Amino acid sequence: MRPLLVAALALALAGTAAASELKPTSAELESELVCPVCETTLDTSDAPAAQRIKAYIRARIAAGDTKSEITSKLVDQFGPTVLAVPPRKGFDWIAWLLPLGGLAAGAVAVGALAWRWSRRRGDDRPPLDELTLDPELERRLDAELARFE
Amino acid sequence: MSGRSRLGAQVVAVAVVAALLGLLAWKLAQGESEVTSKLSHGGTPPAPAWTLDRLDGKGQLAIDSLRGKTVVLNFWASWCGPCRDEMPLLQQGSKRWQGKNIVFVGINAKDVRGDARKFLARYSVTYPNVYDGKGSTIGRYGVTGFPETYFIDKTGKVRYRIAGPVRDAADIDGGIERALAPA
Repeated sequence: MRPLLVAALALALAGTAAASELKPTSAELESELVCPVCETTLDTSDAPAAQRIKAYIRARIAAGDTKSEITSKLVDQFGPTVLAVPPRKGFDWIAWLLPLGGLAAGAVAVGALAWRWSRRRGDDRPPLDELTLDPELERRLDAELARFE
Repeated sequence: MSGRSRLGAQVVAVAVVAALLGLLAWKLAQGESEVTSKLSHGGTPPAPAWTLDRLDGKGQLAIDSLRGKTVVLNFWASWCGPCRDEMPLLQQGSKRWQGKNIVFVGINAKDVRGDARKFLARYSVTYPNVYDGKGSTIGRYGVTGFPETYFIDKTGKVRYRIAGPVRDAADIDGGIERALAPA
């Protein structure tokens, strides 16, 4: 039952992605593209340049262009900085991998420090066979125990 | 941590801080245009080189190919209101100075290419215009907004700049005369 559900979910997600690629909406493209003048996403900008690019996007959608065709045409004109997120290819992968690498390195560093700290605390304690009681305390303890025998 | 590994960690930390400072210095240097800085101190900086696609589809144009001519270089975008106001003045200026070794050139930047072509057709602009959608020339010339016009002498030095629209023919002629004046 569970594999069937997973497969159905995967199919539904793939279908949504395919629909988005073939019939993009101006709202989704405007949230993924940046106004080259004000450098915020198009959906948050009312700058004249942003208005023109929004009009261009609407015209290309009406002409039947796919999402990647529209994006590609805009990158061709304005450069890759028009993309709100860097593409997952070539050198741009570094923008995706560096934060993950930083997180992993941080986790390893914290783990290593915690391990060292816990070992050092363990080492500080004297071995059990070296534990000795104060003679007076030992005498009182023996006396107390003798009362219960 | 042993003394050796502590020293290594300190070296790495110092290197990272130095790299970040270097990046900051580089970014600040990029933001400052040599052209506007020198012009404001009375200098005549060389016009930064560029080679860009012509908007009329007739190949590319390089500013270096215009050496020996005085160049009126106008930065504009079709979505810019003041650019609409000044474009007829620039077109008239290009006609007025035609045949006098003066070349008008437009750089359309941060614009949709199709919009730029329609704009040129609407205002019947006949002088060459190039397309710089990515805005690669903007920072190097120190353009702070659209429109801006640079007057470059025949040796390729920027002699004068008008930030904002040209208001009348006298603005254009005054800029050209400054570029023509002996250095």
